[in-house]
Amino acid sequence: MISIEGLYKTFLDTEGGIEALKDINLKIEKGDIFGIIGLSGAGKSTLIRCINRLEEPTKGSIIIDGKDVVNLDKNQLRDMRRNIGMIFQHFNLLSRKNCKENIAFPLKIMKYDKEQIEKRVDELLDIVELKDKKLAYPSQLSGGQKQRVAIARALATKPKILLCDEATSALDPNTTASILKLLKNINKTLGITIVLITHQMEVIKEICNKVAVISNGSIVEQGNTYNVFSKPSHEITKSFLKDVTLNIDKDSLDDPENTKLVRITFFDHKAKEPLIYKIIKNFDVEANILSGKMSSIQGRTYGNLVVGLRGSNGNVKDAIDYLKDEGLVVEGLKHNGSSN
Amino acid sequence: MEALIESIKKVVLLMPVPLFETFYMVFASTLFSVIFGMPLGIITAISEKGNIWEKKNLNRILNSVINITRSFPFIILMIAVFPLTKLIVGKRIGTTAAIVPLTIAAIPFVARLVETAIKEINPGIIEAALSMGADVKQIVFRVMIPEALPSIASGIILTIINLIGYSAMAGAIGGGGLGNLAIRYGYQGFQEDVMIGTVIVLILMVQIIQDIGTRIYRKLLK
Repeated sequence: MISIEGLYKTFLDTEGGIEALKDINLKIEKGDIFGIIGLSGAGKSTLIRCINRLEEPTKGSIIIDGKDVVNLDKNQLRDMRRNIGMIFQHFNLLSRKNCKENIAFPLKIMKYDKEQIEKRVDELLDIVELKDKKLAYPSQLSGGQKQRVAIARALATKPKILLCDEATSALDPNTTASILKLLKNINKTLGITIVLITHQMEVIKEICNKVAVISNGSIVEQGNTYNVFSKPSHEITKSFLKDVTLNIDKDSLDDPENTKLVRITFFDHKAKEPLIYKIIKNFDVEANILSGKMSSIQGRTYGNLVVGLRGSNGNVKDAIDYLKDEGLVVEGLKHNGSSN
Repeated sequence: MEALIESIKKVVLLMPVPLFETFYMVFASTLFSVIFGMPLGIITAISEKGNIWEKKNLNRILNSVINITRSFPFIILMIAVFPLTKLIVGKRIGTTAAIVPLTIAAIPFVARLVETAIKEINPGIIEAALSMGADVKQIVFRVMIPEALPSIASGIILTIINLIGYSAMAGAIGGGGLGNLAIRYGYQGFQEDVMIGTVIVLILMVQIIQDIGTRIYRKLLK
């Protein structure tokens, strides 16, 4: 549905220019909820803006339904944009128009007649569950309600694609969950392909079936969400999995000099096997669990454990190798909790 | 006490015609300066680099024109535009003639206020409109002007108040109005009571207009 090939974006404002995007290649299929995750400044915002050319790509192609967006002239570009909805971190509603008028805005632009607009606005208010706020102004709405209005507005012209630019970053966790639920619903019932960018792992875990990890303007990993995070190869990807806060105080360990701290990340069925018990039994090491958390990606379990291992050097190494052979991700940690 | 009542009577009797002339000058020049200044301000704003209708050279020219006209002291401008005034109105002095320099002085002022109001709109809102496929015209009329309306309205109130001051200056060279009254009777005719009375009327006028303006601004903010 969307195919990005060899996409580059260089900002020329500063001396020498800044390469915001470098050789981006992505394939987004119809019906996907495709997440692009990265830290701030990684280029994700530039990337999503290139898709509807709010940002002009420097090089490369973006093919949507067989047409290269990069080559469209002004009129064609406007037509194309009318088939791609977009929502934003700060909602960007017209402040002096009520919900109904905000949702009607794209329809008015496309010169729908009054009756059609009235009917469509009611349908949309129904989808986003805001019927009772039809005449409210944005200043009278909560953040979540504003984003719902923005979603309704983005869907007004029945687009096939919805772009979400940090759509939940300005919302509290409960509201985020309800907006994500709504997006998932829209994807399912209306068959709209969603492309979203975020720095929140929660968003990816909750709704994205595919993910791309972006770092310094390049995609470092992409694929099925669970696969990417169950075998993370890039440091950045791993960092998004570290949702266990790790501040292991040296004093909390009996024998810090001889204790090897490791973070173990395990997935799915492995979560149900007593592997810690097995290494204690088979390798004659002491395993002291210091911190841990279970989470799920797309309904599949994964967990994080920080364990202090003590025993002879050979035994500790064998135990770690065993865990790795079992398909777990094991990383050594320094005593302050950072990876070494 | 009697002298005071006498003075008030005199001022009240003198007031109607100059007051009408001032209203007339201020109203007409506000109207014309908004008609010309608003498009000028909008075009200046949207032709700027990075805005929705980027036109570098046009933007540079418009900025220069606005800056040059704004640099003129009003009294000099008034004399400098005499030929133009004569061309438009048929004479160089008088109340109607004063509308020409007042309008010319106010156009760049209105243009700057409108430009600022437009540029203060949250760029995200413009971006959202672009993402929906709106063209330049639709963004200007359906997004920019409505969103900037509260600021534009308070800018117009500011223009009116400035024009009241300028119109008094126009009075000094035969434009009529309250300025003329204060100078002819008060200053040149040594009638202090008339001068004080005129100033009080001007103060009241400005207060009332500002008050109305603030109410309109609040009402427009949603």
